[in-house]
Amino acid sequence: MTDDSIDENFFKQHISHQFNEELEEIHSRVLAMGGLVEQQLTDAVTAMVNGDKELAQTVVTSDYKVNSMEVELDEECTHVLVRRQPTASDLRLVMAVVKTITDLERIGDEAERIGRMALHLLDDDRAVAPMKEMGAFGNHVRDMLRGSLDAVARMDAEAAVRVAQQDIQADSQYEALLQRLMDQMMKTPDSIPRVMDIVWSARSMERIGDRARNICEYVVYFVRGKDVRHTSFDEMAREATGDRG
Amino acid sequence: MSDTETRDTATHAVSSNRGRNGGQRQLNIRDEDICVEIDQLKLWYGDDQALKGIDLQIPRNRVTAFIGPSGCGKSTLLRCMNRMNDLIDNCRIEGAIRIDGQDIHDRSVDIPELRRRVGMVFQKPNPFPKSIYENVAYGLRLQGVKKRRILDEVVEKSLRQAALWDEVKDRLSENAFGLSGGQQQRLVIARAVAIEPEVLLLDEPASALDPLATLKIEELIFELKKHYTIAIVTHNMQQAARVSDYTAYLYLGELMEFNDTDTLFTNPSKKATEDYITGRHG
Repeated sequence: MTDDSIDENFFKQHISHQFNEELEEIHSRVLAMGGLVEQQLTDAVTAMVNGDKELAQTVVTSDYKVNSMEVELDEECTHVLVRRQPTASDLRLVMAVVKTITDLERIGDEAERIGRMALHLLDDDRAVAPMKEMGAFGNHVRDMLRGSLDAVARMDAEAAVRVAQQDIQADSQYEALLQRLMDQMMKTPDSIPRVMDIVWSARSMERIGDRARNICEYVVYFVRGKDVRHTSFDEMAREATGDRG
Repeated sequence: MSDTETRDTATHAVSSNRGRNGGQRQLNIRDEDICVEIDQLKLWYGDDQALKGIDLQIPRNRVTAFIGPSGCGKSTLLRCMNRMNDLIDNCRIEGAIRIDGQDIHDRSVDIPELRRRVGMVFQKPNPFPKSIYENVAYGLRLQGVKKRRILDEVVEKSLRQAALWDEVKDRLSENAFGLSGGQQQRLVIARAVAIEPEVLLLDEPASALDPLATLKIEELIFELKKHYTIAIVTHNMQQAARVSDYTAYLYLGELMEFNDTDTLFTNPSKKATEDYITGRHG
């Protein structure tokens, strides 16, 4: 087991101050990007549940900001790789950031998609659709995203595992929602085109939960140096605590 | 659906944003204040031509690295800048080197004064067999400075600039040979900066040092460029990537590519450069 060496001093210990600053900059910018994506998701879910077309439009037109942050951060990471030749935890941080921003950008796309559905959705559709459940599901995956970003901020592998485990709940919420939406389509087949929009939105939320879980896995990789993708939650928890027993 | 439409606006926004952002960090030689201008420089050692017409501009308060395989002429080029090659028999030079607009081969140039303006540090630390203090004060004493107060001030300032002060302040009268290799190299840099040069030439300054001492020298170079224009020759490409703002790749006496370091190491414009920095056979 390695010592828990990653803490707030992580960005202060290099002989090269420049390198310290660059790593800290990458770390804080990924959090800024995460904050923006979280806001996009919050707005998209609110717009869908409340039928707020203006807010939905804002979400759709703001996605470019997320995209440009991804491009800038990618460039920054390339810069650090080529100029500093990072090793060990520094290298893992850069790799984890490159992967995290890819997932964040895709979460941004899903939020935009939800916003777009909210624009199409009529008030009549909303009246018959399970909007309360949709809202709850949206909040659940938003909390997962927030939790994963907290784990990134605090470089906390154990917190990351707890957040990742919430994906189990997200999957069962998604199953339940799908069941309800299918029932509705079977009962009133002429509602199928509109209900499908809600199905796609639920699907987007479910994917966001998966991607938040991915981010948690990158945190474990960064902090512990263990690749926990495609493993069980138990395995992930063991690696995150460094408990090999 | 309007997916493509969004993508278009998004792409547009990203590219314009990149331009803005890139403009801040991305260096461009056209925006720089040029300190050293090398114009069609050719150099022969006897019948062997070591430099074959180099055109290069070295910007002020930046670090410019020269990389290339052994024998490519990078050290020769560096040594031209303070006329060290004058000391070599059979050495013949054509072309011009201008520092702040003045041709260094002009008859009116006083060579010791040129070497004061253009300091040099070599691969192996070469302190004088004197005390730490006297090593740094040496150049000033040559200039006839005698006042203790001035000497004290300059010695401290120079040692601080060389990031050595804290390690030696209590033993300034001890012999410089008692210092470690990395400390000796920083002492030599302190000696070079004590006489306030404009340009610092570093010829493999860290290749005889261990990795930590190397990183300290590199951090020092980063600090020093605030005050000086720095040209560094290094065999270590990663070092060039770490310390420099601009990089020149030389091969067989020719300047193959010169660019800002980020671009040269991420997307070189010549295949020869790419082959060299990626370790491929050209």
